[in-house]
Amino acid sequence: MRSAVIVFPGSNCDRDMAVALERASGTKSQMVWHKDASLPDNLDVIAIPGGFSFGDYLRCGAIAARSPIMRSVVDFANKGGHVLGVCNGFQVLIESGLLPGALMRNSGLKFVCKDTDIKVETSNSAFTNMYSKGEVVTYPIAHHDGNYVADDALLARLRGDDRIAFTYTDNPNGSTADIAGILSENRRVLGMMPHPERLNDPELGGTDGNRMFTSLAEALVSA
Amino acid sequence: MKARVYVTLKNGVLDPQGAAVQHALGSLGFDGVDAVRQGKVIELDLTETDAAKAEASVIQMCEKLLANTVIEDFKVEIL
Repeated sequence: MRSAVIVFPGSNCDRDMAVALERASGTKSQMVWHKDASLPDNLDVIAIPGGFSFGDYLRCGAIAARSPIMRSVVDFANKGGHVLGVCNGFQVLIESGLLPGALMRNSGLKFVCKDTDIKVETSNSAFTNMYSKGEVVTYPIAHHDGNYVADDALLARLRGDDRIAFTYTDNPNGSTADIAGILSENRRVLGMMPHPERLNDPELGGTDGNRMFTSLAEALVSA
Repeated sequence: MKARVYVTLKNGVLDPQGAAVQHALGSLGFDGVDAVRQGKVIELDLTETDAAKAEASVIQMCEKLLANTVIEDFKVEIL
């Protein structure tokens, strides 16, 4: 699996993401600066990491979503490439139009940083095929704007197409229908607020997050 | 030519910051505030001298970047 991690000014989970991808695939992940206009060739997956791209100015992820490299990322996704966005990466994917809805300020107005139980709602994606539907895993969250907003029509569509990937068992931010992560229509773009890449080493509290990256690596074995 | 853009949350979108401001006004003794909605004002200095062209261009800026039209409305004033 050939992967790249997009780096914006203010990204701070980019190296963790690269380590997680490398451990699962055995192949070094390529770091791509936001001002680059093109991506490395033959990528299988692109990760948009967490952090505070452009200082969260205007709206979280708004400026990053309009940076030069994102045009190539959107093209890559539209051609069927896999894209994972975590935390600020989820916000960037929404701002770039690759995922629907909006992420707003947490309903409690506070930055929430803690381990959170999340329920796997579908195992039908390259990201989640090693999980069982209904299984509960504990991943860290750390965000101020993770309150996922979807109107009734969008929520019905997400539910009907089995595109809700994860929900919180104890909603920390006011998200519609406890949503923690969603898939695109073709199931190849996943955006989620919890951080699987932060659980990739026993010294960091566990290795449960590995499963998402191993899922991906097995689904996207490079030719 | 200057333009001023007002970006506000759409009706029906919950505004927790507005609710917190309303609560704080109440605790300061300002009674009778039924609701508070918080938004942004963005001022732009433009080289364009034709008001209609300036407005059309700022509307595009709003749609592409300044507002998230999923949850926000915007209003443009050319000054």
